[in-house]
Order: sequence, then structure tokens, then C-alpha cells
Amino acid sequence: MNLNALWEYANPKKFIDTTDRVLPAISVLAVLCLGVGLIWGFFFTPDDQRQGATVKIIYLHVPAALMAINAWLMMLVTSLIWIVRRHHVSALAARAAAPVGVVMTLIALATGAIWGQPLWGTWWAWDPRLTSFLILFLFYLGYMALWEAIENDDTAADLTSILCLVGSVFAFLSRYAVNFWNQGLHQGASLSLDKEENVSDVFYFPLLVSIAGFVLLFIALVLLRTRTEIRARRLRALLLRERMG
Amino acid sequence: MKALLIRDLRLAMRAGGGFGLGLVFFLIVVILVPFGVGPESTLLSAIAPGILWIGALLACLLSLDRVFALDWEDGSLDLLATSPLPMEAVVSVKALAHWLTTGLPLVLAAPVLGVLMNLPQEGYKPLILSLILGTPALSVIGTFGAALTVGLKRGGLLLSLLVLPLYVPTLIFGAEVARRGAVGLDMTTPLLMLAGITCGTIALLPFASAAVLKVNLR
Repeated sequence: MNLNALWEYANPKKFIDTTDRVLPAISVLAVLCLGVGLIWGFFFTPDDQRQGATVKIIYLHVPAALMAINAWLMMLVTSLIWIVRRHHVSALAARAAAPVGVVMTLIALATGAIWGQPLWGTWWAWDPRLTSFLILFLFYLGYMALWEAIENDDTAADLTSILCLVGSVFAFLSRYAVNFWNQGLHQGASLSLDKEENVSDVFYFPLLVSIAGFVLLFIALVLLRTRTEIRARRLRALLLRERMG
Repeated sequence: MKALLIRDLRLAMRAGGGFGLGLVFFLIVVILVPFGVGPESTLLSAIAPGILWIGALLACLLSLDRVFALDWEDGSLDLLATSPLPMEAVVSVKALAHWLTTGLPLVLAAPVLGVLMNLPQEGYKPLILSLILGTPALSVIGTFGAALTVGLKRGGLLLSLLVLPLYVPTLIFGAEVARRGAVGLDMTTPLLMLAGITCGTIALLPFASAAVLKVNLR
């Protein structure tokens, strides 16, 4: 694949045209995957021997947690592209991803609490994973607040991009600092590419479908929100021009 | 650079510069804690290192919006930007001045407040050590936050929201050094991590602060 072709989408017009064609397909696929994954997971898998039906929250918790981190990574990449190549679509995509990421973080925290209440006997524990998610949540809030606070679009894009870079380093540091600070209650990874430590197959396949659904949902939402941002900006420009003329 | 540093220190020391406000705030936080948690001395001495660290951190935060705000208002920041001094140096000097007027007094006041918090005898040295090592990082990180929010009206609250998550690693390792020291555990690992964070932020963050400040002055 020719990587240079990717930069064509920096043109807002081209971006809108392409997403016009792709977005319906992605949305339908996302709904399909989510529906199949969740229904399969909730109704057609056995209860866990020890956890009972509570285990089924895994189909929401794991994909949401995964997307919470990946949304930030996506913002990091798009921020870098904005700083280096100054494509407005890139900055707007980062802005569009933040609220989606924060909702994913909240879903992961909430489902984790609901799962933890019967299983650990507590809604919340200062476990490294839980704590680092809470910190990630704060980073998202700060990032979004900075976008909101600055009036000039380009200044806001510049400042939030740099905040995203610096924040990534500190979020990473915090992740390992809390590991050091408190030993964990949270179990290890439920998924990995080498199949050694995976959950059993009964749970594994619906989980994969559900993760695919969350990924597609995230992509669809980000594309949609980016289009909205582009159009909002165009509208503002048109209004300004009208007022001038 | 030296002239800038001396100017900043003088401005901070004079009336209205806010020098000492941070100290008083630190004092008040530490005094309020026993009212909140009760006066049992065992409890107090158990939480003393953490409370002293959090108090120092909040006092540091309180004075951050002053780092650039006054120079922004009267335009001397624009003068500094056009001067031959690179922006990175300006930011570093600002951070150093902030540390000298806020961080260092906090370090010196901490042992006195440690008495109020019933800090165990062997806890004093680790507390001072961790604060000396950690507060420069607080100033440098805070300068970055101040540079981000310098152009905003009512940026103070946003500044706290941005800076506090960035303070997490420093606080974890700093308080851990003080806590381990107070109960007589080995504190080499957190001490080295704290020193690493401080050195890293001093070395790298001024570049980010300078970039941000340039954007804001555009």
C-alpha cells in the first residue's frame, strides 16, 4: 500500500467524501459485532464456576478498557501529526476522540466496580490498574478542559497537542509508579496474543467479537465527530464571511 | 539570566509578591488535618509524611499562576521573548525562581510542621531529603502548566486540573521515601526514582514549556 496516499485525507473535503462512503458500513458493522458479541456473551455462554453470572461483565469491561487506552494512543499519534505536518483534520480527530475515550474510561471503571462488589467485596480498591485508570480519566478531563478554554482554534490545537505529548509521558510514569506504590488485586491480562494465559475458549470468541464491535464503534464515533467538527468550523467561516460581506 | 533571576526574586520578596503566602497555606493545611482526623498521636504520626507532602504540593500549586501572569499582563514577557535569551532559559529561570521562593521555604518549614504532626524522630531526615529532591520537579512541572494557561482569563482552576495529574508520580515516590524513612525501611529505590523524575523533568520539560509559551505569545 502506498503510505503517501494517506496524506490525501488531510484535505477536509476528501476526508468528508470518503467518510461519507465508509461511515455507514462501519456503523452497521459496529452494531452487528456489538449485538452478536454481547448477546452471544450474555445469553449463550455458561456461568463461570466461581464467579457465576458476574463473569459476563467481561464483554463490556475488557473492550472498554482496551479502547480507553487506545483512544489516548490515537490522540497521541494525531497530535504528533498535527505538530509535525499541521493537518487540521488530524487535530480535530484528536479533539473528537477525547470524549469517546473518557466515556470508555468511565465504562471500564463502572463495570469494574460492579464486578468488584460481589467478587472482591468492595466497589473500589486502590489497586494499580484501577488507580492508573482513574489518573487516565483525569488526564482526559484536563485535555478536554483545555480545548474548551481556548478560543483560537490553532492555539488550542497546538497547546492540547503538547499537553497530550507531555501527558502521555506522565501517564506512562504514573502507570509504573502506582505499580510500585501498591500491590495489585486485579487479575492478570484476560487476553494475549500468545494463547498461553487466555480465558477459556467459551468466553474467548464472544469476547473477540465484542472487542471488534467496540473498535468499530470507536472508529465510527470518531469519524462522525470529526466530520461534525469540520462542518462546524466551515459553518463558522461562512458566517464570518457573510458578516464581512 | 542572572539579572532575570534576581529581578524575579526581588519581585517575589517585595510586598504584594505573594512570598510567604504559600508557607502560610502549608501551615494552615497541616493545622487543619488534626481537626479533621482527630488528635491521636499514633494516627497522626502514621499519616504525617503523606500529609506534609500533600500540603507542600498544594502550597506549591497555589503560587503557580503567578509565575507568568504578572509578566504577561505588563508585557515584559513579550520583551523577554524578543530578547537574545532563548525561551527555554527564560522558562528555566522562572522555574528556579519559583522553587527558590516557594519550594525551598517549604522544605525548611516542613520539619517544624513535622513536630505538629508528631513525626517520628528518624523521619525528619528522609522527609527533608525527599522534599529537597522532589520540590524542584513540582516547580518545573508547574511552570509548564502555568505556561499552558498564561493567556486565559480565570485560568487558575484549569491550571490545577492540568497540573495535579502530572504531579502523581512525584508525589508517589516522594511520599514513599518520607513514609519508608519514618518507619525505618530501606528507601533507596523510591529515592532513586524520585531523583530520576526530578532530573528528567528539569532536563526535558523546559523545552515543552518554552514551546507552549511561544504559542501563547503568538
